[in-house]
Amino acid sequence: MSALSFIRARHLLIAAALAFIALFLVLPLISVFFAALQKGLAAYGAAVVDPDALSAIRLTLLVAAIAVPLNIVFGVVAAWSIAKFDFPGKSLLVTFIDLPFSVSPVVAGLIFVLMFGAQGWFGTWLQDHDVQIIFAVPGIVLATIFVTFPFVARELIPLMSEQGRDDEEAALSLGASGLQTFLRVTLPNIRWGLLYGVLLCNARAMGEFGAVSVVSGHLRGITNTMPLHVEILYNEYNFVAAFAVASLLAMLALVTLVLKSIVEWRFGYHHGSARH
Amino acid sequence: MGLTLAWLSLIVLIPLSTVFIRSAGMGWADFLAAGFSPRAVAAYTVSFGTAFAAALVNAAFGLLTAWVIVRYDFPGKRVVNALIDLPFALPTAVAGIALTAIYAGNGWVGQFFEPLGIQLAYTPVGITLALIFIGLPFIVRSVEPVLEDMSAEVEEAALSLGANPWQVFARVILPAILPSLLTGFALAFARGVGEYGSVIFIAGNMPFKSEIAPLLIITQLEQYDYAGATAISTVMLVASFTVLLFINLIQAWSRQRMNG
Repeated sequence: MSALSFIRARHLLIAAALAFIALFLVLPLISVFFAALQKGLAAYGAAVVDPDALSAIRLTLLVAAIAVPLNIVFGVVAAWSIAKFDFPGKSLLVTFIDLPFSVSPVVAGLIFVLMFGAQGWFGTWLQDHDVQIIFAVPGIVLATIFVTFPFVARELIPLMSEQGRDDEEAALSLGASGLQTFLRVTLPNIRWGLLYGVLLCNARAMGEFGAVSVVSGHLRGITNTMPLHVEILYNEYNFVAAFAVASLLAMLALVTLVLKSIVEWRFGYHHGSARH
Repeated sequence: MGLTLAWLSLIVLIPLSTVFIRSAGMGWADFLAAGFSPRAVAAYTVSFGTAFAAALVNAAFGLLTAWVIVRYDFPGKRVVNALIDLPFALPTAVAGIALTAIYAGNGWVGQFFEPLGIQLAYTPVGITLALIFIGLPFIVRSVEPVLEDMSAEVEEAALSLGANPWQVFARVILPAILPSLLTGFALAFARGVGEYGSVIFIAGNMPFKSEIAPLLIITQLEQYDYAGATAISTVMLVASFTVLLFINLIQAWSRQRMNG
């Protein structure tokens, strides 16, 4: 094969890949903003500041504000104990932490209905004590924690295993306390991996649909998150409003991608696994 | 360690066990009747079939994309690389309504197929298109690191020894990336089988035709048919765990091959 035909083949491959990405990734993204602005900025603005939309935005922020920090704490603790200590059943534990990624979001919602719903294990007890979890905010938070469970841990386990425990042992032997060692040695070592995991965890927490849909009950203005609000508007054929709220979520996705890319390019962070 | 296990049990293991315990309490005959009713079997066929088809398309185009990103330089490469992860970052419901708008009969893409009598949205083809969107990054991100580790010298050596490009691909590149390609395929497939948000808007949701298994679970829950929903969930969980096992086997096989 001549050099010229190699260059031609290269251009052909690049063109094919770019066409595929344009058709399957870029086009849907553009269409969200296009449909949202179809009736002008006024209609767009009205959809975003609608009281139901605002309460959906508030609930989405609240759920993420609870679920993400909890997953950060768990992720760091889990990755720490897996990476820095040896114990039997370690690989099984890692598999269990990964489990929520393999479970359909709908099943993730169902399991909490089976536990806390009216017919669930704790259903009668909860009713007697007037505690509502399913079709209420606690259920949405629980389902969100479940689906975002592996993000931070998954990112940190390979990173912390690779770093070993030499740095920590040195710090401890020089007289640093456990907390000092964590704040001054461990945390700086893992910061970019942690940020990476948190970004993806947050995007999923704010965007989760299936699991939340099962436990929410779709009470407008009360248990509607932004993705659920998009669905309701869409099913009411209120397309401009549906795409307007969707465009806010699309912007969240874009911001996530930009920050993630900065972590990768600027700080040379190399993300370790393909699983999300 | 104790804290990790306690939190893991509370959030993941105990809730997941409810599905199996409920199913076990149903009795075998009832479980089969609910979990393998004709409508459920039709839904599995749609879910597994479309997920498989989408993973196949992604195996081809995901590999192509990873190859182009790793081996070639072109303007805008960084943006393209960042965009690959869009399906991970974009909420599924947003993807769902956007894809429906594009592939509907009057949509940007659908309008070209409508005159030919081909309907994309509201058919299993539409479901497959949505799952291609969702699954793409799994393949690209699985194959990419392996391609990066492969030196171009091996391919050049094969070419200089007279192999044609197709032979180089089949004999040199493919064997090296096969474990990662299979892993990516399995991840995309597993995600596709369970996917809900991006699919329901475009699916049409006709029982026996374009109804996916996750939607059937929700339908049965809304009708207070907890037994039916639980039985179908059990079948889906077993399928997910099988894929997980398959992925672990591939990785063990790949490690063994590297060491051997």
